[in-house]
Amino acid sequence: MHDSEEHHHAEHETGVTNPLEQRVRALETLLTEKGYIDPAALDVLIDAYQTKIGPRNGARVVARAWCDPKFRHWLLEDATAAIASMGFAGRQGEHMVAVENTPQVHNLVVCTLCSCYPWAVLGLPPTWYKSAPYRSRAVKDPRGVLREFGVQLPESTQIRIWDSTAEVRYLVIPQRPAESLHLSESELADWVTRDSMIGTGLPGAPA
Amino acid sequence: MSYHSNADLGGTAQPGAIIPEAEGDLFHAPWEPRVMALVVAMGPTGMSNIDMNRSARETLPNYLGSSYYEIWLSALEKLVAQTGVLGDAAPPARRVLKAPMVLAAIGTSTSYSRPPTQAARFTVGDHVRTRSGAPKHHTRLPGYARGKIGLVQRVHGVHVFPDTNAHGQGESPQWLYNVAFDAAELWGPQAQRSIISLDAWEPYLQPA
Repeated sequence: MHDSEEHHHAEHETGVTNPLEQRVRALETLLTEKGYIDPAALDVLIDAYQTKIGPRNGARVVARAWCDPKFRHWLLEDATAAIASMGFAGRQGEHMVAVENTPQVHNLVVCTLCSCYPWAVLGLPPTWYKSAPYRSRAVKDPRGVLREFGVQLPESTQIRIWDSTAEVRYLVIPQRPAESLHLSESELADWVTRDSMIGTGLPGAPA
Repeated sequence: MSYHSNADLGGTAQPGAIIPEAEGDLFHAPWEPRVMALVVAMGPTGMSNIDMNRSARETLPNYLGSSYYEIWLSALEKLVAQTGVLGDAAPPARRVLKAPMVLAAIGTSTSYSRPPTQAARFTVGDHVRTRSGAPKHHTRLPGYARGKIGLVQRVHGVHVFPDTNAHGQGESPQWLYNVAFDAAELWGPQAQRSIISLDAWEPYLQPA
């Protein structure tokens, strides 16, 4: 509710409405009048994906896997159940698979056909993940893609790319940085970046 | 009837840089969160299923020229028009997502797996050849992986089949496998050393 009030306010000030904004508002109005949409539910949805369901969920999963060998084993065997045990089940996380980076293997996740992404643990995908350059290159030029993110891997590292073509969603468990060995699970979660759980980044000390 | 997806981008030449983005940077225009929420909220109404949504998006003529939330908006407009939900004869919504239900609804998993009715044709370690050619309907076998030999590395169970579900022809559940391909098999001997895997339903695969 708050959001749309702000929009109306901005519109009064400028007197101009973006054509896309107009289309969205028209569609929402028609669907609301027909009884398909509760506008208040849209506000709750937007707030949920801005404040509750995001990459900090996945970071807690990874931090636990780093600290608890039993949990790590469970996550690799049955990621859906292990993640649900932490309360992060739900939409676009129905069938989870966790893939682990090692000194020999680096995993990278993409959806070349659309924008499939593990919302339940990472929230909404970033723009680049849905973009044509990333989707086209990740499967053919993974090292070039990683370079664009500033990640340089040893030539000997094998890259494994996971193209999310079904309702299975992939979560990368990055390698725990050696300099983080003294940290607790909750401190470690701050080292786990969103990109490190997609495979386009590496974890590191928070800025 | 021909069918062409404008979204099958793997391995194609696409201009432009990949622009990294901060974690909190979710939306880039005030209408974008509204579109996201509209699409999610239309799910429970039963107007369309996830595969119909994908099919509506990938067949938009200006797919590559549109931002992602613009694609979502145009596809939603298209589905609303095609399904006639705004017309006088429109069926009532199967379920309307009300504000107090939202958190429970998005925190609940709607499984896409279904009980098996027959044994899986393949098992881990089997070599398979993927279907070649472009089918005249929605499919989830990317162009770059058609007519290629790969190795079954996981059996996911039986899942809803997008090729039929996208066209209102039922779920027709099929065994789903994760199949791994050597980069050289997909891109030729000059390929970067890597393994590419994807999820493929049984009708996409033949023994190799």
